[in-house]
Amino acid sequence: MTYVRPTFRHPDLPKNNINFTKKDYEGALSTLCAGCGHDSISGAIAQACFELSVEPHRIAKLSGIGCSSKTPAYFLGNSHGFNTVHGRMPSVATGAYLANRDLLYFGVSGDGDSASIGMGQFVHAIRRNLNMVYLVMNNGCYGLTKGQDSATADNGSKSKAGSVNPFNAIDLVGLSMELGATFVARSFSGDKAQLIPLIKAAIKHPGFAFIDVISPCVTFNNNVGSTKSYDYVREHIEATSTVDFVPIMEEITADYEDGKEITLHDGSALQLQKLHQGWNPEDKLSAMIALQNAKDKGEILTGLVYIDPNTNALHDVLQTTQTPLNILKEDILCPGIDALEALNESLR
Amino acid sequence: MTKINDFVVRFANVNGTGSASANSMFAKAIFRMGVPVTPKNIFPSNIQGLPTWYEVRVSEKGYLGRREGIDLMVSVNPQSMMKDVESVRSGGYFIYDSTKPLHKEYIREDITYLGIPLMGICMEQYTDPRQRQLFKNIIYVGALSALLDIEFTVLEQLLAEQFKGKEKLVALNVQALQLGVKYVQENFTFPLEIRVERRDLVGKRILFDGNGACGLGAVYAGATVAAWYPITPSTSVVEKFEKYAKKFRTDKVTGEKNFAIVQAEDELAAIGMVVGANWNGARSFTATSGPGVSLMNEFLGLGYFAEIPAVLIDVQRTGPSTGMPTRTQQSDITVSAYASHGDTKHVLLFPSNPKDCFELTADAFDLAERLQTPIIVLTDLDLGMNDHMSEPFEWNPERKYDRGKVYTAEDLENMGRFGRYLDSDGDGIPYRTYPGTHPTKGSYFTRGTSRDEYAVYTEDSAVYVKNMQRLEKKWDTAKEIVPKPYFYQEKNMSPLGVIFFGTSTYSSEEAIDLLREQDVVLDAMQLKSFPFNKEVEQFIEDHEVVFVIEQNRDAQMRSLLVNELEINPKKLIRVLNYDGMPITADKIVKEISKNLVTN
Repeated sequence: MTYVRPTFRHPDLPKNNINFTKKDYEGALSTLCAGCGHDSISGAIAQACFELSVEPHRIAKLSGIGCSSKTPAYFLGNSHGFNTVHGRMPSVATGAYLANRDLLYFGVSGDGDSASIGMGQFVHAIRRNLNMVYLVMNNGCYGLTKGQDSATADNGSKSKAGSVNPFNAIDLVGLSMELGATFVARSFSGDKAQLIPLIKAAIKHPGFAFIDVISPCVTFNNNVGSTKSYDYVREHIEATSTVDFVPIMEEITADYEDGKEITLHDGSALQLQKLHQGWNPEDKLSAMIALQNAKDKGEILTGLVYIDPNTNALHDVLQTTQTPLNILKEDILCPGIDALEALNESLR
Repeated sequence: MTKINDFVVRFANVNGTGSASANSMFAKAIFRMGVPVTPKNIFPSNIQGLPTWYEVRVSEKGYLGRREGIDLMVSVNPQSMMKDVESVRSGGYFIYDSTKPLHKEYIREDITYLGIPLMGICMEQYTDPRQRQLFKNIIYVGALSALLDIEFTVLEQLLAEQFKGKEKLVALNVQALQLGVKYVQENFTFPLEIRVERRDLVGKRILFDGNGACGLGAVYAGATVAAWYPITPSTSVVEKFEKYAKKFRTDKVTGEKNFAIVQAEDELAAIGMVVGANWNGARSFTATSGPGVSLMNEFLGLGYFAEIPAVLIDVQRTGPSTGMPTRTQQSDITVSAYASHGDTKHVLLFPSNPKDCFELTADAFDLAERLQTPIIVLTDLDLGMNDHMSEPFEWNPERKYDRGKVYTAEDLENMGRFGRYLDSDGDGIPYRTYPGTHPTKGSYFTRGTSRDEYAVYTEDSAVYVKNMQRLEKKWDTAKEIVPKPYFYQEKNMSPLGVIFFGTSTYSSEEAIDLLREQDVVLDAMQLKSFPFNKEVEQFIEDHEVVFVIEQNRDAQMRSLLVNELEINPKKLIRVLNYDGMPITADKIVKEISKNLVTN
C-alpha cells in the first residue's frame, strides 16, 4: 500500500484534446494491498479516458461492495461515483442511465459482487442492454473477508490455506455472450497494452460492454495451486489477438496483416491482429467455440471475444426522448388542469 | 320496512366469468342517480374458477365504510351458495338462478327468495357459449334495476359510454338488460322494500380507485422513471402511471416518450433503479406491497444514510409473509417506519381516499427531494383496488416542483469547496449535485459507508456521531414540513379522543356519529403522516383516553405513537380489526363501548 503520493506534477504534463492532463483523471489514494491487480485496472481506466478525451465529469462510476467496488474512489476524481450495496450496482446503474442518457456509465464490480450475490442483477442488466461499460475485477476470491473462494474460482484451484475448491466455476464471459451482450472481452490486469484499447472500445460501444479482467489477489489467492495467481495466469494466457483502438478521424497506420478491423458505432475502429485460428469476433458461434476449446485446454482466452457493433440499447428500445429525463421541467411533465378536469368528468 | 338508499347488495360470482364489469355498472348507475355508493371486490388469489364477491353499500348518509349484514344477495355461484345464504340478514332477499330448483338445505324461513332462470333465459336467447356466460351477468343487472327501482335510462347511458362506437354491442347489452326487467315484471311484485331513489348527494364527486389516483399523482408530480415488480395489490399503480404517461407524455410528432418504465427482475432491483434515477436527478418511484417492502429494506437504509430521494408506494395487504394476498390490512407500519438495519427512520404518508392518493403521491416527490430521503406512501388493498367516491382531483396551476437543495454549475463556479454533507442551513439538510454538472467542482463519492462532510470515507467516531446527529436534526425538520393531521372539531369537546388514518377513516367517521347518538362524544384526529408533528402530541396530551383505530393485530400505529412521543401506553386504547376485511363502524362502536364500560 502506498501511503504517500507526491502531489507535484510536471507543469508540462501532456494534455489531451480537451486540455486535461492525466492528473485530471486520477482519484484518491488507493487503500488496496500493494501489488493488487485492481490498482493496475484503475490506472488503465484513467488512461483510457484520458486518451479518449472524455470529459471527466461526464462519467458516472458505479460499483457494488468488495475490494473491486472500492476502486472507483481511486480513479476519475472529477466524476461522480456511487458505491452502492452488495451485488446491486446493476439496478442503480439502470436507474441512473434511465435518468440521463447522455453520461458515460462505468460499472465496476467483482466476482463475488457479480457472480454470487449480484448474479440476478448482473444478468438482467445484460438482458436490458444498458449502454454502459461493466468491468469485473475477477480474482476468484473474497478479499475483504480474507480469502474465501468465490463462484468464479476454478474447480480444483487451491486456496492459500490449502483447501481445494470442489465446485465448478461460473464463467462470466460465456454467460454474458449467452445472454446477448454485444461486447464481450477478457483481459488480465498485468497486460495494460491489451486492457487499455479494450476499455476504449468498450466506452465507444453503444450497448452493454462487458470486460472480465483477471486480477490476482496478491494477499489471498497468489499461491501455488491457485488458477488465478499471477504466475498461473501468465503461463496459461492465450490472447485471441492483439488489440488496437483507433479513434475516429485518426489515420489508420498500423499494418494489420492476418487481422481484422471492426468499425465501431461512432466511426472509430478496433484493429485486431494475429487472430486466433478459426475465430471471428463478429461471429458468436465461432467465439463460443473458441471459448469452449480454450476452457477444455485449460487456457485463459483473452482479448475481444465477441462484438456486434450495431446494437439497440435500452433507451432505444423504450423509445425515450433524446433529452435526458432529469432535465425535463413542469411544462413537459405536468399535464395541467384542463386535462385533470376532463379526467374528473370522465369519472363521474 | 322500506329502506330507501340504505342497504347492502352482495354479488356472489365465479372468478373470471366477466361479472366484474356488470357489477361495477350496477354501482355506477346508483352513483349516477346521485346516491353515495361504496363498491368492494372481495376476490381470491386466483385467475379463474374460485368464488369472488362484489359488495355494494348504498348510503344516503354518505357512509363509505363497509357494513356487515347483506340486504340482498345475488347468488350465481353454486360453490359458495351455503355461505351466501347464511350471510343474508334476517328479512333480506336472496336472488338465485332458478333454472334448476333450489335444494331444500338452502331454504331459510326468514328471507325472501327470488328465483330467476338466468341460465335458462340465456340458453334460449343465445347460441354462442361465451354470450351465454357474459349476458347472464347483464340480465341480473336488468332484473335488479326493476327490483330496486334503478333508472333504466341511466344503465343505457352507461352502456353507450362503455361501448362507444360499437353500437351493435350496446344494443345487445340493452336487450339483455330488458330480458331481466321483463322477467321481474312478469313474475314478482316490485320494487322491493329496499330501493334506490334519485338524490343530489354526489355533487362533483368522482368514482375512482386509489391505485389509479397514485399513478396519476406520479404523472402530475413529474415522475419520469418508474421501476417495479408486479405484486398484488399494487400492480395497477404502475399500470395506471403508464396509461396516463403514454397519454400525456408522448411526443405527438416523434412518438418519443418523456418517461421510462422498467419492469424489474425483483423488488430489490426495482428500488435500486429508483435510487439510481433519483441520485441522477430524475423523479422516480416504485410501487409494491408488504413482501416487496421486506425485500427493499436494504436500499431504504442506503437511501436514508446516503441521503437519496425515493418514492415508494406500498399498497398494504394481509401479512405476515405471503399472508392473504387479496385481502386488506394496515400492517406495514412498523416495517416501513424503521425499515433496514441500524438507526433508520422513514417518512410515511397515509392517504385515506383517492383524492388523498393523488395529492400525497405528488407531495411525496417534493418531500423526497426536499428531505433527500425515501418517502413511503402507505395505502392498502381496500383503497387501492376498489372504486371509492371521492372529491374530484385538484391541481394548482401555479404549483412548481420542489426539487430541493441542488447546486447548479453556476453555484459551484462561485463557491469554495463543495461539501456534500455540510449542514450549511442548520436544518440538517445538505446540498447535493447531479452527476455531470461541472467539469472540476461538485463531484463526490456516494456511499453507504460512513463519511465526513466532504463525502470522504471515515471511521472516525466523532465524525460518525456528528453525521448521525445531523440526520436526526433533518428528522426534526421533517416534522415541520410533512402534512399535518386533520381535526374534526375546532375545539376539543371531550376527554375522549380517537385517532385513525387511511381506510379506517370511513368507518371511524361513521362510528363517531353512531356513538354520538348514544351520547358518547369523541374528539377525532386523522393522521396524515409520520414523523408525528407537535399537533399530534398535543391532541394526545389534551385527552384522558385516546382510542387508536387500525387494521392490524399488534396495534402498530399505537406502538409508533408510544415509542416516538413517549406516551404512557395505558392512555392509548387499541381498536383493531385484522381479519383481512375492511373495518366496519359496528366493530369500532362495539370495541369503544366495551372499553367505556370497563373504564
